[in-house]
Amino acid sequence: MRVAILRFPGSNCEPDAYRAVAREGGTPYYLFHRDTDLQDADAVILPGGFSYGDYLRAGAIARFSPIMPAVERHAADGKPVLGICNGFQILCESGLLPGALERNAGLKYLSRPVDVRIERVDTPFTAHYRKGDVIRIPIGHGDGRFTAAPETLAELEQQGQVVLRYVERPKVDAPGNPNGALNDIAGIANRDGNVVGMMPHPERLADPLLGSEVGRRFFSSLVQWKRPALVSHA
Amino acid sequence: MSFRVHIRVMPRRGLLDPQGQAVERALGALQFAGASNVHVGKAIELDVAAQDEASARAAARAMCDKLLANPVTEDFEIAVEPK
Repeated sequence: MRVAILRFPGSNCEPDAYRAVAREGGTPYYLFHRDTDLQDADAVILPGGFSYGDYLRAGAIARFSPIMPAVERHAADGKPVLGICNGFQILCESGLLPGALERNAGLKYLSRPVDVRIERVDTPFTAHYRKGDVIRIPIGHGDGRFTAAPETLAELEQQGQVVLRYVERPKVDAPGNPNGALNDIAGIANRDGNVVGMMPHPERLADPLLGSEVGRRFFSSLVQWKRPALVSHA
Repeated sequence: MSFRVHIRVMPRRGLLDPQGQAVERALGALQFAGASNVHVGKAIELDVAAQDEASARAAARAMCDKLLANPVTEDFEIAVEPK
């Protein structure tokens, strides 16, 4: 599984994503925002960070990078694309995912663990979880409040496109929805499920050195992902 | 001809505007009674070379649609003046 990890000016989570993919036996490699070819990538990861200093809006300028048309073609072919944090913001700005990520409701930059529930396990990134699993995973963002028009939000729910949702666990010291995201949304997929964006950082908990490996399965799912065979209805 | 274009990008009415709310609270704390309905947006200014005012305006609208405003969460207004 060849996994292209994109570097934009201001990306800062790409080494963690690289290591997480390598640990699961995948073949990660970096591409620069000025590249135009994905070099036979099986999957693409847009890592976290602050591309272009978050100028104008988070992800708004990175979305027009020379590499992005190749990412759009890759996504249209049904191949896996994962955007983490700033990567999620870039995917929303590019229109590969619906909605937008706005300033946190409390205006603070939040760097802390949250509990999220896995809502969907048929994506290339969540196949190794069980539906309903709740995992504790870090966030680090100032603009993570998922927002969408009411009809878009309804469609996301009807089509089962919500992949991760913030939850509050009773009697556990954990925040619920940290940023005011509509419907407690922490991550979504496109209609086909091959493009996923999420605000939490699984790559930060994918090594025992870091105290937890609860994020590993996003990467083991991907590395072992087999594209479902097309079913002929002829 | 060259035109000075003033673009105002504002959070869409009805959506949560935490910056506007925070500024409104700060104004209240500073005893500015009567300040309400505060919203915070962006102002963008640029020169546009175009044949006439209408085409300068059309160019600015295309820039807003494509880059300067987020169609999901923001609205924009454009003012054009000859330089």
